[in-house]
Amino acid sequence: MTQSTDEASPRVTARDLRLEGVTKRFGEFVAVDDLTLTVPQGSFFALLGPSGCGKTTTLRMVAGLEDPTAGQVFIGDEEITNLRAYKRPVNTVFQSYALFPHLTIFDNVAFGLRRRGVSDWKEKTREMLELVQLEPYAARKPSQLSGGQQQRVALGRALINEPGVLLLDEPLGALDLKLRRQMQIELKRIQTEIDVTFVHVTHDQEEAMTMADTIAVMNHGVIEQMGAPGELYENPTTTFVANFLGQSNLIVAEVVDASGQTVVVDCHGQKVGVGSSRSHTDEGKGWLGVRPEKIFASPRGSETHDGANVLTGGRITDVSFVGVSTQYLVAMPWAQELMVFEQNTGQRGQFKNGDEVDLAWSRDHAFLLDAGQDAHAGVITPEDIE
Amino acid sequence: MVTTTAPAKIGAPSSPPVAPRRGMGRWVSDHLVLIVGIGVLLYTFVPIGYIIALSFNQPTGRSATAQFDAFTWSNWSSICQPEGLCESLKLSFQVSITATILATLLGTLMAFALVRHSFRGRATSNLIIFLPMATPEVVMGSSLLAMFVAFGFDGVLGFITIVIAHVMFCLSFVVVTVKARLTGMDSRLEQAAMDLYANEWQTFRLITLPLAMPGIVAAAMLAFSLSFDDFIVTNFTSGQSVTFPLYIYGAKLKDFPPQLFVVGSLMFLVSFVLVVGVELWRRRRPNM
Amino acid sequence: MTDLVTPPTPPVVDGETSKRRGWGWLLLVPGMLWLAVFFLFPTVQLFFTSLYDPTGSFTLGYSMTWHFANYYDAIRDTWNLFARSFMYAGIATFVGLMLGYPLAYAIAFKAGRWKNFMLVLVIAPFFTSFLLRTLSWRTILADHGPVTSFLQTIAILPDSGRLLATPVAVIAGLIYNFLPFMTLPLYASLDKVDFRLIEAAGDLYSSPFTGFRKVTFPLSLPGVVSGTLLTFIPACGDYINAELLGTPRQYMVGNRIQAAFLTEHNYPLAASLSLILMAIVVLMVIVYIRRAGTEELV
Repeated sequence: MTQSTDEASPRVTARDLRLEGVTKRFGEFVAVDDLTLTVPQGSFFALLGPSGCGKTTTLRMVAGLEDPTAGQVFIGDEEITNLRAYKRPVNTVFQSYALFPHLTIFDNVAFGLRRRGVSDWKEKTREMLELVQLEPYAARKPSQLSGGQQQRVALGRALINEPGVLLLDEPLGALDLKLRRQMQIELKRIQTEIDVTFVHVTHDQEEAMTMADTIAVMNHGVIEQMGAPGELYENPTTTFVANFLGQSNLIVAEVVDASGQTVVVDCHGQKVGVGSSRSHTDEGKGWLGVRPEKIFASPRGSETHDGANVLTGGRITDVSFVGVSTQYLVAMPWAQELMVFEQNTGQRGQFKNGDEVDLAWSRDHAFLLDAGQDAHAGVITPEDIE
Repeated sequence: MVTTTAPAKIGAPSSPPVAPRRGMGRWVSDHLVLIVGIGVLLYTFVPIGYIIALSFNQPTGRSATAQFDAFTWSNWSSICQPEGLCESLKLSFQVSITATILATLLGTLMAFALVRHSFRGRATSNLIIFLPMATPEVVMGSSLLAMFVAFGFDGVLGFITIVIAHVMFCLSFVVVTVKARLTGMDSRLEQAAMDLYANEWQTFRLITLPLAMPGIVAAAMLAFSLSFDDFIVTNFTSGQSVTFPLYIYGAKLKDFPPQLFVVGSLMFLVSFVLVVGVELWRRRRPNM
Repeated sequence: MTDLVTPPTPPVVDGETSKRRGWGWLLLVPGMLWLAVFFLFPTVQLFFTSLYDPTGSFTLGYSMTWHFANYYDAIRDTWNLFARSFMYAGIATFVGLMLGYPLAYAIAFKAGRWKNFMLVLVIAPFFTSFLLRTLSWRTILADHGPVTSFLQTIAILPDSGRLLATPVAVIAGLIYNFLPFMTLPLYASLDKVDFRLIEAAGDLYSSPFTGFRKVTFPLSLPGVVSGTLLTFIPACGDYINAELLGTPRQYMVGNRIQAAFLTEHNYPLAASLSLILMAIVVLMVIVYIRRAGTEELV
């Protein structure tokens, strides 16, 4: 990305975005609680969490639309905490796009350039409109465009200013599923091409995992866990993350032996092993977690599972055919139903209600969490779906 | 397991369904509200009809308002013939335009303050702004006159005092109208502008003001019509000056000039055409 | 927190960033000043005027004697005018509601594409002078005019009966002149009612009338409050309708105040009458608003 040489431009060399001890209080309510994180320059970073977790507030503090109660925000070495929004080299794509209804698409996209006094703004605006494939609509007003088109205008309007950091506040929320998928791929592609830091706020965990290099899962104003999608998914450190990303089976377990490479736990009388790097508690009770798609169900006693974890005594209580996969609910002897997802490869038949099964999974696939945590944290209920 | 049987019938009649009877009575009751509503509207236009009709009246008797005598165009061609009529119109326009500009300006500032800024004493401010709307015009007019007299201005009652009074009672209406528009405005648009390097003044000039403009224009139109048609307060504060409503009041008994009806008809027609025209123009362009 | 933490900035009121603290209230000052000087101050001064010694006069000047008896005298002499004014205004408001509500309802729910046009029609009569319209009614309700003749023919009026110079004409004038003030707030309120709520009521077995009574009308209550207030308040103090359409036997408080001020120059009386009227009206407004439950006055 070429650097702008305009004097009036506040844009500086793109550098790491840093938040240190950032806190935001609204009266008694703490929306963001002592947040410290670093977003490497040029990465695609996702702030993921349920509504009300503070992710949008954090974004707004980076944009300059909200003043932190405490803490500092840096881009590289330059502190921007007290800079007004229009002085920051940061642009935002708003959730509802916030396109200026009384201006044409052309004027909307050109807005930032003209405020900064960029001399060839007409030229650049035309180029950007071609880039987002909206050139024929340049003279129209936002209300005359579809949701997807408006979204591209919002994106173009922000990107044209070559910001060091681009903030996206749930920009795909209003699009239908197919369009959303398209735009996810599109955004990711754009980001890798232009080497701008993207900070993407979303409550959709699939979206975050698809697009981001790094995800920070937020809950009640704090970051529960931060890392690459795969890492968060396969090795969650809190029940919230385990439940919020995908789905997890969480089973009460008691640590028996934490001395070696494999931690042995007792699950209602059955013994199972968890790799020590994936164990986040080493004594007493814990939650044994295993993802439904990692579990292999087989008829009772039919196979020997060398080296794998086995839980026996299960009985199928629900079979749901979802096309790509079949989802089973398996009732275990200790009155818990576990979820098992099996891809419909066509190589095996389906189980039926009442079938007795053993559940097995590889030792690399389980994780162990602190028993003090709420096993229902992060489970998405119908009320959460907006 | 469900065994397949013939689908159960749920009380279906054996004969085919009959189309519901629709008669005149049904149509009336469906549309009753609309009919009453239109009736009320028609009722409001009856005096207008009379005004327009009487503007063509050539009075043979003493009073032009009593009955319809003879048809003539002469009233329309000699509008300024009655003495003082056109002067009063001129004064009314001068007063109302001045008062509208002042009231709209001050009222818009107040509306912005109330909607966009937080400060103590908002409740009190709201109350003070509301009071003129709740005060009978007689009280406002008489108290203003008393004040002018007490301060020795009773010799200079006229244009300035009328404008002062008009601005005073128009302010509240302007504030209410602009406030309504402002509270409906999405504040995120201004945030987006600031995100795109517009400072506070630029944001206001390029985003806030254009979007608030319909409300401000509506408030100005409201202020103008309130001011132009005002009688009671003007009567108290005008001294010797004569605005158009005062002229009508003064001419009410004998020798009532039919040209007044001409002016009334003109006012109606011009305003009507303007408002309808604006509406049609708005429909051409996409909504904001 | 480390010691690099900047001092916390004070939290914003309401948690909204769009409300900024500080210099915003300055915008309020010019307008408030105007209202203070030309509304509040005269009203306060009116109060003092009402306490002048009534034996003074315009030419000789008044002396301030804190003569609260002025109020007693005013009420004793004109209580019937007050009663009449409130009665006329009340009837006018009520009938106005009966007329305005169907009209507002029709525009809000039945007008479809014609909605805006009908709204224009509601205020269009206001484009002519209020005085001219009232004078027009004088012609329409005249003794040998069409309306009177018609009513005599169908025997509602006796053969020598009149409409003009009766309370009927005055009240009719009041109703007519304030109808848009009733209709528009009603419309604004009804327009906000989600039609699907009415449909839901129907789905839950309510008849159209019950649906109206239990769903629509309560939801339109803010508009009813605004409309009745905006009609009743000016109607109380009006005197044009009484003067043009009635005789001194229909005169209202406003007529008396105007006469006291402009003709008799009896300032203490005029002032005390004005303040009594204002106090009663403001009191009624506050009570009415409290009971109807709307929050902000403006």
